[in-house]
Amino acid sequence: MRTPDQPDSAPTGGALAGEEYPAGEGARTPAARLAAYIRGGGIVVPLLTAVLAFLIAGLVMLFTGHDPFGTYKAIFEGTGLQWLFPWVTGDDRTTAALNLQQTLILTTPLILTGLAVAFAFRAGLFNIGGQGQYIVGSVVAVWVGSSFAGMPAFLHVVLAIVAACLAGAAWAGIAGLLKATVGAHEVISTIMLNYIAIWVGVWLFSLGGPLQNDRDPSLPVSNDIVEGAKLPVFWGDPVLQGLHIGIFIALAAVVVFWLILNRSTTGYEVRAVGLNPEAARYSGMSVGRNYVLVMALCGLFAGLAGALDILGWQFRLATNDIQIGLLGFTGIAVALLGRSTASGTVAAAVLFGALLSGTSQRNLDPSIFEPELATNLTYIIQGLVVLLVSADVLVLSLLRRGRGLLLGRRRPVPAQAEETSS
Amino acid sequence: MTAGALAVSRAGPAPRPVGWAGVALGAVAWFIALPPLLVRTPVPSLLLALAAVAAGVFAVRGDERRLGGWAVAAGALGGVGAVVATRSGEGNLEDVFVWSALFAAMLRFATPLVFGALGGIVCERSGVINIGLEGMMLMGCFFGIFGADLTGSWLLGALIGMASGGALGLVHALFSIQFRADQVVSGFAMNFLAVGITGYVFISHYGDQGTPDDIPRVPVVTLPLIEDIPFVGDVIGRQSLLTWLALLLVPALALYLFRTPRGLRLRSVGEKPRAADSVGVPVLRTRYLAVITSGLLAALGGVYLSVAFLGSFNENLTQGRGYIALAAVIFGAWRPGGALAATLLFGFSQALAQRLPAFSESTAVLFQALPYVLTLIVVAGLIGRTRPPAAIGVPYVKE
Repeated sequence: MRTPDQPDSAPTGGALAGEEYPAGEGARTPAARLAAYIRGGGIVVPLLTAVLAFLIAGLVMLFTGHDPFGTYKAIFEGTGLQWLFPWVTGDDRTTAALNLQQTLILTTPLILTGLAVAFAFRAGLFNIGGQGQYIVGSVVAVWVGSSFAGMPAFLHVVLAIVAACLAGAAWAGIAGLLKATVGAHEVISTIMLNYIAIWVGVWLFSLGGPLQNDRDPSLPVSNDIVEGAKLPVFWGDPVLQGLHIGIFIALAAVVVFWLILNRSTTGYEVRAVGLNPEAARYSGMSVGRNYVLVMALCGLFAGLAGALDILGWQFRLATNDIQIGLLGFTGIAVALLGRSTASGTVAAAVLFGALLSGTSQRNLDPSIFEPELATNLTYIIQGLVVLLVSADVLVLSLLRRGRGLLLGRRRPVPAQAEETSS
Repeated sequence: MTAGALAVSRAGPAPRPVGWAGVALGAVAWFIALPPLLVRTPVPSLLLALAAVAAGVFAVRGDERRLGGWAVAAGALGGVGAVVATRSGEGNLEDVFVWSALFAAMLRFATPLVFGALGGIVCERSGVINIGLEGMMLMGCFFGIFGADLTGSWLLGALIGMASGGALGLVHALFSIQFRADQVVSGFAMNFLAVGITGYVFISHYGDQGTPDDIPRVPVVTLPLIEDIPFVGDVIGRQSLLTWLALLLVPALALYLFRTPRGLRLRSVGEKPRAADSVGVPVLRTRYLAVITSGLLAALGGVYLSVAFLGSFNENLTQGRGYIALAAVIFGAWRPGGALAATLLFGFSQALAQRLPAFSESTAVLFQALPYVLTLIVVAGLIGRTRPPAAIGVPYVKE
């Protein structure tokens, strides 16, 4: 039984290493923490985290005079997940199908923005810039999609997606390049890139902006993309915002993510750099090149998310969408809850996609719980998830204590000693 | 050229004043193309801009890299700005560049950023990254006006707002210090929590109505004699009490950090916590206090926004101002004075963004991106690298 004491040995190393390598490049990178985490927690910790977050949010509802059970039931019905139950039939099933399509439409970009963060985590980087990369991707997709009207449909879609991916990759690549060349902390540079993307995006489509709607100069939106650039809908009515094929592209990206990480030299290097950049450097890997590559791939995923949203169901981009959108930020919660693994990211994306669609204006019954209130509740839940995931020591120690109590196992002495000393 | 320049740098004027002169020349290059001077040909401006760049290069060669970089940047920006100005209509320029109004607006926009940046400096100097400034500011923003509305007193409202930010700071401290959470992740969680909590209480208490109009506001300080002085009076004659407090806090914090034993301890905890610990500085307690203080300060910035500046609240009102404050911390090299300069610069760009729609709606928006672009340039090390506290982001474990 060697799992319990492993994670605890890491922080000490990090504190010591931090004195040798300033600028936050300690040996205890997020990836190293993550590895300790996976060893220590497996699937139990994320589940526990999510349950705890929902519990606390339930308490918030209780204290503000709402019925948490009724609300969660209504939110669940809004997600359409009961479509999966064979005993739901008739009208209920039709409604559930419509709602589930919405859930999956939201899951699609969340998978990808989740991957954009998860991939960086595996390389020891924190990509907080998923939001900006997503915006850059959607801006480019809407521009390509609304231009080149005469193009064959398939080519047009491919061109828009590829252009958006490349734009996202280039945008994130800036942060990677700065990290590799001058050691600029990627958290700071990606935050700045987020807001640059937001304001430049708003500028492009605001009144008098260069890409603002040609037909109606009074609306701060882009042009609509042409019919040929829209992704086909395979489930539900295209007019009623059915489910587009983007979800398959997102799932394919998950497979690519897994293959790159686990079955390629690049992925091996990425993980090695993530676990210990110094060791990777000594064994002859180019750490800087890996930083650029990783960030570019992250941006590619996030840019793809933006493209799929535009080509799949939004078809146009308003300045308001750019300013209030949070999908890129939610990707951070997705990646953290999904432990930056391929399957975990998909599961977490479904959870958050369901939460977002279940609390949306369109799906939540306002007589039970106001959707505006529920939207804020989802932010609280996301915040709690991120917060609880951040404190791996806390959850792991709780878990270990629980295990000790449940199974009566003898706790390893050194780990306990360190626990009490902090 | 090189030999000559080197000779000059040895014997000639000191690089530092030349660098400052370069920065000034860059500003003047732009200024003469604007009202009231309104020189309608770009030639003199371009000459001045060139001189600024030359002064910058000189300063860089004389080992004043940071200042020299700024002089070069000021020259380039001044030149471009002047060319743009000479190509715009005189009427438009006179609408936008009402200097007294611009400077007054600059102070107003800078105030919340100053509070946020000072909070960020305290926190980061103690070795804890604070991405959560935005959230703490938002907490103060809502709970400040909420408190002011409930109690009928702006002062109580401000205190309640600060307390809410401090509470969020306490949570951040608890997770990042006690539970050794990743500080970036924990701070990021603060932002999500703040959006959720403030939005939730706002909607459940005020609903679609929004905050009422009769919120008790933070008083405006009217300076009796100065108010009547033409230009100065327009700028500082009628500023909010909180603006003055922010401006006073800057030297106060600088003194505290660099001239008092407690400030030294705070900085030592952020640079070499183990060494600080070994001489008896309570590392964890210092960090706790620093993070909570940063929450209080950032929240006061939020209070200013809602209770003093706007008199109303809307969901996510801070709109990234906490991140701009964070940018100012980095921009100002973790020093109160530098951060003040950065917030004034950012405040000026926001003031311009506010006034420009008179002349072009879309260009105005671009000015909102300016703080982030400038910070990215600084982070990239193009203009003088800044060095964060050495132990930042590393949880401390006592041996």
